[in-house]
Amino acid sequence: MKTKRKAAVKANKTNSSNGSMVDISLKFDEGWSYSPAPESTDHVSIKERYGLFIGGKFVKPALGKYFATINPATEKKISEVANASSADVDKAVKAARKAFGPWSSLPARERGKYVYRISRMMQEKARELAVIESMDGGKAIREARDIDIPLAAAHFFYYAGWADKLDYAFPNKKPTPLGVAGQIIPWNFPLLMAAWKIAPAIAAGNTVVLKSAETTPLTSMKLAEIIQEAGLPDGVVNIITGAGDTGAALVNHPDIDKIAFTGSTGVGKIIQNAIAGTDKKVTLELGGKAANIILDDAPLDQAVEGIINGIYFNQGHVCCAGSRLFVQEDVADTVIRKLKDRMQTLIVGDPLDKNTDIGAINSKEQLATINRYIKIGKNEGADFYQSKCKIPNKGYWCPPTLFLNVSQSHRIAQEEIFGPVLAVQTFRTVDEVIEKANNTPYGLSAGIWTDKGSKIFNITAKLNAGVIWANTYNKFDPTSPFGGYKESGFGREGGLPGLQAYLNLG
Amino acid sequence: MPTTTKKAKPKEGSHRGSAQSSANRLNVQKTYKLFIGGKFPRTESGRYYTLKSAEGEQLGNICRASRKDFRESVLAARAAFKGWSAKSAFNRSQILYRLAEMLEGRQAQFIDELTMQGSTKVAAQKEVIAAVDRLVYYAGWCDKYQQIFSAVNPVASSHFNFSVLEPTGVVVIVAPEENSLIGLVTTAASAIAGGNTSIILASESKPLCAVSFAEVINTSDVPGGVINILTGKLSELIGHFTTHMDVNSIVYCGDDRAMIKKIKSDSTSNLKRPVFRTAINWLSAEAETPYFISDMQETKTTWHPIGI
Repeated sequence: MKTKRKAAVKANKTNSSNGSMVDISLKFDEGWSYSPAPESTDHVSIKERYGLFIGGKFVKPALGKYFATINPATEKKISEVANASSADVDKAVKAARKAFGPWSSLPARERGKYVYRISRMMQEKARELAVIESMDGGKAIREARDIDIPLAAAHFFYYAGWADKLDYAFPNKKPTPLGVAGQIIPWNFPLLMAAWKIAPAIAAGNTVVLKSAETTPLTSMKLAEIIQEAGLPDGVVNIITGAGDTGAALVNHPDIDKIAFTGSTGVGKIIQNAIAGTDKKVTLELGGKAANIILDDAPLDQAVEGIINGIYFNQGHVCCAGSRLFVQEDVADTVIRKLKDRMQTLIVGDPLDKNTDIGAINSKEQLATINRYIKIGKNEGADFYQSKCKIPNKGYWCPPTLFLNVSQSHRIAQEEIFGPVLAVQTFRTVDEVIEKANNTPYGLSAGIWTDKGSKIFNITAKLNAGVIWANTYNKFDPTSPFGGYKESGFGREGGLPGLQAYLNLG
Repeated sequence: MPTTTKKAKPKEGSHRGSAQSSANRLNVQKTYKLFIGGKFPRTESGRYYTLKSAEGEQLGNICRASRKDFRESVLAARAAFKGWSAKSAFNRSQILYRLAEMLEGRQAQFIDELTMQGSTKVAAQKEVIAAVDRLVYYAGWCDKYQQIFSAVNPVASSHFNFSVLEPTGVVVIVAPEENSLIGLVTTAASAIAGGNTSIILASESKPLCAVSFAEVINTSDVPGGVINILTGKLSELIGHFTTHMDVNSIVYCGDDRAMIKKIKSDSTSNLKRPVFRTAINWLSAEAETPYFISDMQETKTTWHPIGI
């Protein structure tokens, strides 16, 4: 492939009458074009069909039903997985219950060593896991490789070490495990979410039944293989596949002690309602509509990178995405010009290409949702802007999008879109932006950009959000608690609070 | 005049004639009212229920708070939240300690009221003393629980990362039916020690101490609206508590399974945090724990890069 090189930068005099205003526009559409750099897939092993991972074995589903999982970038089928019925859920819960006694009474250090082993094997297979994650969910390989998989392995590694130190975790308490945890994860970070759920649960001595998301089951099946290979006692981790019905059967199973759910606020509420009459404990990681706030004294180039990372990371399929941008009025024009320029440089396309910034939208349904919101935004009167990038013919794609002149009451400023769509608003004073930022039922995360430390602490203290990134965005770590205020759910994952979610403190 | 002509001799220990009653003086009775936003209104609904002792003697006409009273209380609590949560921990600590000082000086009144509502004298004394000490206990936690539950998290990337607790916000507390003083004092103290503001529904069968405790609050530098106290019927109010969209958490001190289910289910309206204090021995050390503070808190984690 021949690489075409042209001048990447052109100086346009926009106000040449006095020659003082020189606007430098970056003409990326005429500049570099990159040769394809696809990650190879020949080293990856994916079976044609996966059963359910129950009691340490892959078993056929009771009703014999399977469904296809496709690559959203090509619309081609990759494999098929079992559609677990309530009979299968029951079988998985029984396996987990059977395993609970021995697992929780195993010497804690031995338990921890099993969890360490899982982490190590994930690291050994990191490249394969990253490629499959990218194929199954559409995310850019760069992100799967550098973020999803290393973080997933790190979560197991972090919680492994807690297994024999629980008595130090919560002062004056002797924690005990809860029992069997039912865990339901979303499709945006499939393996990472599985790690967030399974690692603290089993390190604390619980056993689990995890249901992966309908459109992204494959890395959880690979994780099941790793768990098998690690020799984890049968039934400690059971992984099932299916859609909403499977999740409902898990939530309503009478022998579950704890439900951990990550997903939409709507479904979270249904779950809490469903288990209200039981003793099941619950943690909910739900939606968000985070404010990313740019003050006029912010380092603007870094802030623009932060805005891009905030909303276009993982195609915007991020519950903590910085989907509401607030720019202080006096720098708004500059920031928006820089932002549009930077958006134009983002490469949308083959998720397996190492140069790709924005991969495929996870599913046809999600693309329809995003497009519906784009239409709503236009109809509500906000100014629409989209990168003029090329997108592939097949697959599900959405170029980086933003809306200007958005007002607080617009649905695109109130509702979670879960796609690469940014709603931009401006503000004059700090008090005003705090008011606007908190004016949402959600409270998961927020971003703040300024070079003044005292301003940071003033604003972070007043924002109602569980995670706040100051002069950075979308950073995650196993030691760092994650979770929201208000309708973004309750409970935390990561760090000590993440451990508490799986323990009885008595 | 009546003092000389009438033989008004109320029974000893009854509310309508309190401990200092004498044969030739008509007692001044207390009107038991609500406590909202630092003021003592009667219920806007004008309704009441009559409280009687075990012997059937009338102890008072108690306000039966309405939905509107509750909504006014939420407004007051929300308005007070910003200032109260922003106070320094040391300052909150001193104010809670001041509550203990005020209660200490009014022990006799509370012992009286507990006795009227069926406690033995010994049990009443024990509960009142424990309530004073409980306030001192939670006063001490105000500037310490953060140090127990906060963390600097050693993230693998080049960031400074720390987690602190922040108050959940406006908390509705359904006080326990028994141990009507110390149960209420414990729950209120643990809520406000952590910077929350609260609306408390007093024990329905034993509401007297709750109303009198409002007088203690009112003389203790606790800003108006930080603690609001309602009396009335739980069965009538619970639906309003759980579905109010500006309440962040609901604490239920009791063990009614149907009530627990309703609270869990209805509080999905805005995902208020349901907290249950079941089978607590309020007089014991079990009720003295920083975990009563932390379960009305949110963890906030902040990241900042290092080196750029």
